[in-house]
Amino acid sequence: MHQVEIATTQETLLDSPEMILNMGPQHPSTHGVLRVVLKLDGETVIDLDCDIGYLHRGMEKIAENRMYTQIAPYWDRLDYIAAVSNGLVWVETVEQMMGLAVPPRAHYLRTILTELNRIASHLLWLATHALDIGAVTVLLWALREREEILKIFERQFGARLTCHAWRVGGMPNDAYDDFNSDVRTFVNNFPKRLDEYETVLSENRIWLSRTVGIGVISAEDAIAIGLSGPALRGSGVPWDVRKSRPYAAYADVDFDIPLGENGDTYDRYLVRLEEMRQSRRIIDQALEKLPDGPVNAKLPKIVKPPAGDYYHSIEGPKGEIGCYVVSDGSAQPWRVRVRPPSFVNLQALKQMCVGHLVADVVAIIGTLDIVLGEIDR
Amino acid sequence: MALLSPLNLVNDLLLKVFNQETINYAVWPLIQIGLVVTLVALWVAYATYLERKISAFIQARLGPMRVGPWGLLQPIADGLKLLTKEDFVPEKADRWIFFFAPYIAVAAAFIVFSVIPFGPDWAVITDVNIGLLLVLAVSSVGVLALILAGWSSNSKYALLGALRSSAQMVSYEVGMGLALIGALMFSRTLSLSGIIGAQGSDSIWFIAYQPVGFLLFLVAGIAENNRAPFDLPEAESELVAGFHTEYSGMRWSLFFMAEYAAMVVVASVATTVYLGGWYVPFVNRLDTNGYHNLYVLVCVLAFVIKASIILYIYFWLRWTLPRFRYDQLMDIGWKWLIPAAIINIGWSAVTVFLAQALDTWGVLDTIQHVGYRLDLTAKGKGVVIGMGLVGLALTGVLLSRINWRSRDFHLKTQRRNIRLVDVPKGKPAVAVAERS
Repeated sequence: MHQVEIATTQETLLDSPEMILNMGPQHPSTHGVLRVVLKLDGETVIDLDCDIGYLHRGMEKIAENRMYTQIAPYWDRLDYIAAVSNGLVWVETVEQMMGLAVPPRAHYLRTILTELNRIASHLLWLATHALDIGAVTVLLWALREREEILKIFERQFGARLTCHAWRVGGMPNDAYDDFNSDVRTFVNNFPKRLDEYETVLSENRIWLSRTVGIGVISAEDAIAIGLSGPALRGSGVPWDVRKSRPYAAYADVDFDIPLGENGDTYDRYLVRLEEMRQSRRIIDQALEKLPDGPVNAKLPKIVKPPAGDYYHSIEGPKGEIGCYVVSDGSAQPWRVRVRPPSFVNLQALKQMCVGHLVADVVAIIGTLDIVLGEIDR
Repeated sequence: MALLSPLNLVNDLLLKVFNQETINYAVWPLIQIGLVVTLVALWVAYATYLERKISAFIQARLGPMRVGPWGLLQPIADGLKLLTKEDFVPEKADRWIFFFAPYIAVAAAFIVFSVIPFGPDWAVITDVNIGLLLVLAVSSVGVLALILAGWSSNSKYALLGALRSSAQMVSYEVGMGLALIGALMFSRTLSLSGIIGAQGSDSIWFIAYQPVGFLLFLVAGIAENNRAPFDLPEAESELVAGFHTEYSGMRWSLFFMAEYAAMVVVASVATTVYLGGWYVPFVNRLDTNGYHNLYVLVCVLAFVIKASIILYIYFWLRWTLPRFRYDQLMDIGWKWLIPAAIINIGWSAVTVFLAQALDTWGVLDTIQHVGYRLDLTAKGKGVVIGMGLVGLALTGVLLSRINWRSRDFHLKTQRRNIRLVDVPKGKPAVAVAERS
């Protein structure tokens, strides 16, 4: 375990105005096993340090000893809340290394299912974020809707959380029989549910006072740190991989990017809510245009991408998740590196928190929407 | 006479052992205390059950369903479980203080019930002429338990929770006490039975005279009980469990009981002072027709129902609102609640003065009878109620003037909508196979 370096005075607790508070790894709202060491003056945070690595499983190293097609299930365990998106970044990277063209139906299904996954991930974020700020009821309301998505996943992939959704070259199987109607039902019901959350939170004075002006980060700082996803768009930077380098079938669907103005917790909240609406719009269009045909491309018996290095990224629910793969031409990658959005977004924590109170640290960890499985890998 | 006979029977039995004086001053009070403690403990236990059920219905689920029909035995199962759990004491805790803190909490919460008038006659243990003062004084001892628990746990989270709770309870006690003064101007007594009597003889609840006072008392009561949205001392997402982080088993459940008992206390006081206590119109006909004990029981039931409605409001708020932050809580206490309470006191004084003055000036026939308490005519009640509503508006206006410059006052204008932009799409990153 690495030494957390916060200068402590040699005085006793009573003499010193400062107190070191160890938050995590076992703490209800550090969203997993994040350890934050806070230096407090009263309840005001004057310094903090993150300690990560409690969930390190050596994914990138494991990947060096697996065949290309075998790696996908491991990727589900990165950001286990958005397993479908994570799986997609791996298979698309391999497909690009191989120069493989995937049938359009597979692309559309991928779009629909990753957007469903984005909604599920944002719902879990909303649930836990609201829980951190004390609105317990939103937790169960959001999980109720997430359940509908997980049911679709269960029928489609056979699993709810770590789906192993994709195969290199397409999908393991075509959409199940009632897929269209199930998704359609969800798409139709979802806006009402979103409005419910808005009535409970968006106009609520307590919610406003807990989120407006908390954890502000400017667009310049956000870019300098390398934030991505809703955390970046909350500061007003129009960057979305789905737009700038469309993958799957995103080139064929219309959607808007919600942008915040102040870069505070409230803006990020609104951005994520609007993203759910836009995701719904994308699903709606993709379902409308869903072509027929095969869902798999022809694949060699052993996937052996030509030597070279490749980078491909997609817009995961938490931000830009990328895969950098170096191939030496064998059946196993020589080196794999993931660009984890949560890890990068976490770097903004100190800048956002200093000067705020302990209660705000929890709110800010929530608004960054981190998943420790992805940070520690 | 139907229900009176069993009591007489018991009295006759007791007479064989004690003389009538001992029975009146020692035996019956002890029986009363035993009954009240048992029944209140049961009420407290089922308040937890109700809270779980109500929260479940708010959250689109069922709540406890397994233990007994509709989970009705859940509180008992919980109690048994907690009794058999390990009572863990941290190694570096201050052992004795750690042991005794929960008892102080429970005692402070339960002692208050000695003066709460659950009903007329035998349904009240004792009627102290400074009852309300006693309630406030004893319930503020509860904060001592929290501080001691937080301090003796030797844990930073517990310490922070204790600090928060002491600051919170001290500042909200001020607001709570000040909020009650308005009602006292109409009752002219601190005795809780006397306050109910004043409402009974006027046949009107003080909530009609004192809308501001009632609202202030409710808010201060929530804060005093450390309930959401003011549950900072035990804010689970920040401080793990606040002052009782290190407690487990029965000692933890004593804190839990104390919290719910304190809630019942606040609900009872609110009922007594603002909702007419056990007073129900027309029921005293039962008394005059000779069904005295039935009358008392109906009154107790009315009291419990009224208090439960206030408890329900507490549950409802808890499961709807997010939690305030520590500094915002202090803002509300000192910049909203206390000024509002002071305004309310001033306005109530003006109201009482006006109600009397109108009569003496001969403008309006407002006073029925001036004596020990103020008896108003229907017109007088109208004046006071009108003045109360004006006071509501006045308090709002003055409060907004006081807080005009604070950041939180203009929150809704600070909120900005996000904008939607459509960025031109870049070159696709993936190849699409030809349609076959």
